[in-house]
Amino acid sequence: MNPALQGLLTIIIGVGGCIGYFYLSNQFLDKVLFPAKGPQAGRNINRANLVRPWLFLFPALFALGLYLAYPVFETLRLSLTDRDLDGAFVGLSNYQQMFAEPKFWEALSNNMLWLIVVPAAATAFGLLAAQLTDRIKWGSVAKSLIFMPMAISFVGAAVIFKLVYDTRPVDQNQIGILNAVWLQFEGGAGSFLFLKVIPALILISFAGIVAYVGWIFVAPIANSRANGGGAGFVPLRLFVAAASLWLVYLSIGSLFGIFAFQFPYGEPQTWLTIPFWNSFFLMIVLIWIQTGFAMVILSAALRGIPEETIEAAIVDGANPLQVFFKIKVPQIMGTIVVVWTTITLVVLKVFDIVFAMSNGQWETQVLANYMYDKLFRADEWGVGSASAIIIMLLVSPILIWNVYNARKEMK
Amino acid sequence: MDNIAGSKSSLGWVVQISTILLVALWIFPTVGLLVSSFRTADQISTSGWWAALFPSEQTERFRVADPDDNRAARGDLFVVEGNFFEENDSSGEITSWGTSSRAVDAYQAGEVADLGDGETITINPDSSYVWSGTDEQISGRGQRVFVTAVSPPEFTTDNYNTILFSGTAGDNMTKAFFNTLTVTIPATVIPIVVAAFAAYALAWMDFPGRALLIAIIVGLLVVPLQLALIPLLSLHVGIGIGKGYLGTWLAHTGFGLPLAIYLLRNYMVGLPRDIIENAKVDGATDFQIFTKIILPLSFPALASFAIFQFLWTWNDLLVAKVFLIDSTGQTTVMTDQIVNLLGTRGGNWEILATAAFVSIAVPLVVFFAMQKYLVRGLLAGSVK
Repeated sequence: MNPALQGLLTIIIGVGGCIGYFYLSNQFLDKVLFPAKGPQAGRNINRANLVRPWLFLFPALFALGLYLAYPVFETLRLSLTDRDLDGAFVGLSNYQQMFAEPKFWEALSNNMLWLIVVPAAATAFGLLAAQLTDRIKWGSVAKSLIFMPMAISFVGAAVIFKLVYDTRPVDQNQIGILNAVWLQFEGGAGSFLFLKVIPALILISFAGIVAYVGWIFVAPIANSRANGGGAGFVPLRLFVAAASLWLVYLSIGSLFGIFAFQFPYGEPQTWLTIPFWNSFFLMIVLIWIQTGFAMVILSAALRGIPEETIEAAIVDGANPLQVFFKIKVPQIMGTIVVVWTTITLVVLKVFDIVFAMSNGQWETQVLANYMYDKLFRADEWGVGSASAIIIMLLVSPILIWNVYNARKEMK
Repeated sequence: MDNIAGSKSSLGWVVQISTILLVALWIFPTVGLLVSSFRTADQISTSGWWAALFPSEQTERFRVADPDDNRAARGDLFVVEGNFFEENDSSGEITSWGTSSRAVDAYQAGEVADLGDGETITINPDSSYVWSGTDEQISGRGQRVFVTAVSPPEFTTDNYNTILFSGTAGDNMTKAFFNTLTVTIPATVIPIVVAAFAAYALAWMDFPGRALLIAIIVGLLVVPLQLALIPLLSLHVGIGIGKGYLGTWLAHTGFGLPLAIYLLRNYMVGLPRDIIENAKVDGATDFQIFTKIILPLSFPALASFAIFQFLWTWNDLLVAKVFLIDSTGQTTVMTDQIVNLLGTRGGNWEILATAAFVSIAVPLVVFFAMQKYLVRGLLAGSVK
């Protein structure tokens, strides 16, 4: 049968089936099982109302259970068994095998890099775009254009950026815009400014922000010593502080690297094969897509800030930067966290971009693509499932946090 | 801050310019692909797409028509007249020209070049030329010239012809286009129906365990679908669905449900309680309340989820690869075909750009047409 016809038929059967199910099961409940008449009418109505919610919920719960809840446990089981041994229980040997593979550690460390860079950059750009577009007349047009990549598939975006990163031999015209721009740099003062000074400034401000965030987390501990009270979440605070110290150390280290590095001026670069940095070129694709999302949400949050607080700050003599960082950002901190976690989830599942652009070659592997490799190319279900469980473990803090918030909200 | 005089004008310039820069940075990559899809393979490989927007200057080498066949006597001289662009199937407007490769711009258009001993050649801006000289000079091979011509931007829709209507099986996207559509529509419609009923129950019906169920759905929102691939594929094969549309529709339905229920429930909870209670007092059943009151009122939320699910299923690669595309390749979707093209025709940018743009076009239209609902859905789904 023609797939289009089959699709149409499925819509009719699916939608008709759903509506028919809901209608008939309600009719059955009211007319046959617990009819609302006769001697026990009152009791029957109550009983019918006890059952009815489950009629409404059944198809959804069934699909959720089968397609999301069951696979979590099944994947856990598969990760502990070996398919070649007829599904015999093998304990943690799949995990041991995975941990022994350098490709896994490469994927994990790349994923960690993605987890730091993409949410941070997308949120920062989104905040910047929201702040800028809220102040100008053609802001809504600008918003639409920045938001547009959201509609573009990861694969489409991969093609778009492959064209941006395209490389031609040195004696031909470059058709990738990045190489065309790159060849404009020839090692003069302009190159020094754009390739050394500006990256250095970005690194310094990044280190500054990280140090500041780290201090925000640690300060309550020091204060609580003075006040004699507990700060709460002490291990978490110390962990964040340690992580931020490490990031500051890394940034300072790379600061020297920037000035020491000799750029290969005048040579077209194959951007996706430069180890370590090629991951960043892949991240740019995701940042490009996610910034619009961050901008839309943060712009709504910025507009929700009470005018009085801002006016009061200006009257007290705050400059625009102070207003932004000390008045606006703290008030939308909750939204920033939501945006951050949402983008983090997207990052953990990122597959298409890496699959289409580099397929994990040249040290760009990430977990989701590693898992796909193991499951469908190497046919190692045990190791593939084990890596899926690792993704699940990375997601679970956000899962717990979301559920915790949802419960708190409903009370 | 906007309503305080003075602060706006001082920053206005900076804000305008930064916004223009940011927007330009964001649309540049897409524009590049769009422009490239309207250029020929030759144009793409010889110059960057940004060059296509301006008149291009090109130096070409031509040879005057063969004098033995084309010369005409004029007085005691022989001349060859003709037009380079007509003879060589080219176009543009000549600005300068030369007869030696070392000085290709020795003469301006319309000037007469003296080649010695009375032999002359003239080239006009429209590329018509006159070459004249003695019998001996106007013989053998035609005079070689180098012309520098400026041609206006040139675009073609041939690539779209190749991708949509002709081309080999690997290039033609029509089948993949309809396959994608076949996946997308049921995978968008069915979860909406299922989720709407569940959301109503979670929003307006009282039963034990409701709060727990909502918490579970919030939890399922973030479960990566990677975990579901192998277990569900084995399940589909086990119950006889195998790889195919049915399995894909079911998988998309399952993966889309948590967001659908979450969005719709949040929206339905906010509907006015009075309407629903009045309807109950008037004797309406839950089923009637749902179909006659709740569904019409929830249209914005239904629309925003529909857009999400549409974009997600249209743009999806992983689910299609795992649950749909079998070894025959008859059920390929557009994203998968583009990935294959990246592998097989990595250098053919005219094919790649056009194929990518065909797959991007539909979501972009939906996006710009229904942006309002998309934004509303995002806000409802994320901001708590």
